[in-house]
Amino acid sequence: MNLEVNIGGLKLKNPVMTASGTFGYGEEYGEFVDLNRLGAVVVKGLSLKPKEGNPPPRVVETASGMLNAIGLQNIGIERFIGEKLPFLRRFDTAVIVNFFGDSVDEYAEAAERLSGVDGIHGLEMNISCPNKQAGWCIFGTDPKVTERVVGAVRKKTALPLIVKLSPNVTDISLMAKVAMEAGADAVSLINTVTGMAIDIRTRRPRLANITGGLSGPAVKPIAVRMVYEVYRSLKIPIIGMGGIMNAGDAIEFLIAGASAVAVGTANFVNPRATTEIIDGIIDYMEKEGIGDIGSITGTVHAG
Amino acid sequence: MEEPHPGQFYMLEVSKGMDPLLKRAFSLFRRTPEGFQILFRIKGKGTSILRDLREGTEITMLGPLGNGYPLPSDAQSPLVIAGGIGIASVFPLMEKISKKAFVFYGARTEQELFLTGELPKIYKELAVCTDDGSCGVKGTVVDVLNDFIRNRDGIHQPVIYACGPNVMLLEIAKTAAANGIKAYLSLEENMACGIGACLGCVVKTKTGYKRVCKEGPVFDAAEIVWQP
Repeated sequence: MNLEVNIGGLKLKNPVMTASGTFGYGEEYGEFVDLNRLGAVVVKGLSLKPKEGNPPPRVVETASGMLNAIGLQNIGIERFIGEKLPFLRRFDTAVIVNFFGDSVDEYAEAAERLSGVDGIHGLEMNISCPNKQAGWCIFGTDPKVTERVVGAVRKKTALPLIVKLSPNVTDISLMAKVAMEAGADAVSLINTVTGMAIDIRTRRPRLANITGGLSGPAVKPIAVRMVYEVYRSLKIPIIGMGGIMNAGDAIEFLIAGASAVAVGTANFVNPRATTEIIDGIIDYMEKEGIGDIGSITGTVHAG
Repeated sequence: MEEPHPGQFYMLEVSKGMDPLLKRAFSLFRRTPEGFQILFRIKGKGTSILRDLREGTEITMLGPLGNGYPLPSDAQSPLVIAGGIGIASVFPLMEKISKKAFVFYGARTEQELFLTGELPKIYKELAVCTDDGSCGVKGTVVDVLNDFIRNRDGIHQPVIYACGPNVMLLEIAKTAAANGIKAYLSLEENMACGIGACLGCVVKTKTGYKRVCKEGPVFDAAEIVWQP
């Protein structure tokens, strides 16, 4: 049985990775999960300088999902390399660093700093976090800016480059195409869906940031549809994510067109979700007589 | 099972389905020979489901989590303050420091005071108060605490432990600062993971945002930057 997948030159022992922002820097889950079993650990989004993040409340639960507005709080790239990466190096798993900047130059500089560092195997560009104020989101919603920022990063790194796409656009296939043509090796989708919840007694938003990103099972059908659309229009490797809670959900994404999947909110509900999903995928392959997990990618019978 | 410390908490699964989705945080209330108990007020969907669980139902949990209350030294006089269901969090502390605590327990009305029958076994002195005067002194615990501090100069090295609504904790922090008393407050914030990963449950401190689930839930009152 072959669980290995290749994501734009990055070989993973299996298609299950963690979604950025839901797995800390890996060590938070060390006591629950054997990190060696994961296809990849994608760490919390990093910037050149540390970021304080948004005031609380930062999370609120909604029907079958949750809204978050963490505000990209992170310890910064230097501290990550010095304090967190040594822990991750001890494991036989791919480490993908999610990163972002406030300008095209910052993106490029961050990518350059992260490249050539022992223990970092791939980069994931966050151009789509919905929790930042106006101006920032254009990296992921204006195709011209997307092209510029991905192109600038591509010039600075030889690592496999994944661009994480926002669902908060009219045509996600167009955004994927732009990212690919600018040099992305793979795309991951979806990031969270911008949402809002209001306390009807106080009439105040439930998040201090007013709006936040919706994740969890509530967004899964949107994510599956988007993976399906992107896969149909261009044959770039896709990492599918959005509300994956169990192996069945993960397999659904693969059939829709994903080559790998990322588990996010499920880690909060069950810290062992990732490895349970890997076990479930193996079960499915045994039962269905599937020898190679890559063979089911994009096999949806949709006429 | 890992031995819990007073002030620590557990994340309990309230549903096998997708709604509610996240685990819910509950303070350790009481350690028993078989396990532990929680004490909760029925507030929303999650607590209603817990209320209706049938005996023998298995649910998953994480814990004990968080830091817990630092125990007072023999020389210190613990002043333990609870507002409403906040009693659940400080109860194991009172038990642990058996009969040393000066306890101040307040709620809006008598109906929101829990287990007043259990308390006599474990305190040194107890002051009960309600906002509407339906039980004990009429007034807030902070009023009663202030009177106590004013009138009892003889209390040796007081140290405050408190859990309750934020408005109460803020007033206690002010009292503690004004009287030069160390105060440990157990805070609450919306939580997703409970294990320090999501960065959802932060509180602002003088050294930046800290996670209630990991660096807390108990914080030194002097460290907290109170938000308007």
